[in-house]
Amino acid sequence: MTSVSDNTSRPGKVFPSAQAALDGLTQGASVLIAGFAGCGIPENLLRGLAETDVGDLTLICQGTWIQESGRFGIADLVASGQVRKIISPMPFYPEDGGPVKSHWESGKLELEIVPQGILAERLRAGGAGIGGVFLPTGSGTRFAEGKETRQFDGRDHFFEVALKADFALLRAKSADTLGNLVYEGAGRNWNPTMAMAARVTVVEVDQVYEPGGLDPESVITQAIFIDRLVLTS
Amino acid sequence: MTSLEELAEKDRLPREIVAMRVAKELPDGAYVNLGIGIPTLVSSFVPEGRTVYYHSESGILNCGPIAEEGEEDIDLINAGGQYLQSVGGMSFFDSAEAFAMIRGGHVDVTVLGSHQVSATGDLANWMLPQRGVGNVGGAMDLAAGAAGVIVAMEHTDRQGNPKIVEECTFPLTGKGCAYLIVTDLAVIECDGKGLTLLEVAPGWTPEEVQQLTGAKLTISPDVKEFEL
Repeated sequence: MTSVSDNTSRPGKVFPSAQAALDGLTQGASVLIAGFAGCGIPENLLRGLAETDVGDLTLICQGTWIQESGRFGIADLVASGQVRKIISPMPFYPEDGGPVKSHWESGKLELEIVPQGILAERLRAGGAGIGGVFLPTGSGTRFAEGKETRQFDGRDHFFEVALKADFALLRAKSADTLGNLVYEGAGRNWNPTMAMAARVTVVEVDQVYEPGGLDPESVITQAIFIDRLVLTS
Repeated sequence: MTSLEELAEKDRLPREIVAMRVAKELPDGAYVNLGIGIPTLVSSFVPEGRTVYYHSESGILNCGPIAEEGEEDIDLINAGGQYLQSVGGMSFFDSAEAFAMIRGGHVDVTVLGSHQVSATGDLANWMLPQRGVGNVGGAMDLAAGAAGVIVAMEHTDRQGNPKIVEECTFPLTGKGCAYLIVTDLAVIECDGKGLTLLEVAPGWTPEEVQQLTGAKLTISPDVKEFEL
């Protein structure tokens, strides 16, 4: 396998830096961010985004995890004041909410809480060209209130509208220059679904191979969904 | 009748015993999702001779035990962010598939903690109203999707208020989804219409358990001490 990690001539979809790969991500954009419980977070892309002056962002992510020293996360992006709204199942830990909590309490940050499986299906619908889906989740709870309801198999299902975003910031173990992706363990998490649901997808990877460097049977996310790659520095 | 002050002083079962009692309920070969808190402890107590496969919404099926210190792999985590050991037979998937397994009824049993459970098995476990915000995570999908929810929790909250109530006053996670409640005082069956007291902690009478329960309990004619 030939690694092109030291090639600066931007072969295929590989961009020279996080900032270059984020070109076109502008004020007010909606951004999907992969990661689960601190695992598989596109740390360098988030850092790159924090170095721009783009603000008023809407982030869609599984959670905003506790700030860890030496690591860059969504909470740090909130601390920089660039985020207007977060759509997430796990907005913050009340006991250790950090900047997410303080920004929310002071009214600078809007939170929209969405059950995790509903978020996954809304994104999947968005990526697959489906207007929305009827789901049984949340029956009898505030999450079903006001939603169009239909019965299937004797159970109430609620209409959840598809969700798409301007950008997706993703993280994979390896890619080829075409943008085919391979993950590691639970690092897969939201990446494959989010890769389908954004206008521009940017992936942070540890290694980039020439086409043929990845076993086609092991490719999880196909190149058609991927626009830009950047190497983990 | 024993006074509430006296009841507050009485010994209750440790979390490990509650987890052990829940583990007894898991059928051989079942796919099981464990929530955070007491439920996480359940995997340590599955009876010998039984194999249970754990599903985690982090995207792992057949999760291994919690990793030893110094052996953590950043890409092997459970839904609570704890590091797991690598085991044979493990498989990985994305978040949409993780919830397809749950919502599609492929996960056989879910064990969740809760703030409140009602007489009809309603679950309220994602938000304390005074906080104004909550981490719903995957709880609502688990409550809606799995074949059944076993609730594992303390019988009363930190102030001594009953967590088993006629009607939940906290925001709901799911309606009528709990079929068994295991607490540090009792094992209670929930058939969707009412609650039946099956077992009590050693040293406790059914009447004392009822005193600390906010919903009417039907005492099973076969009520007995906790069976482990």
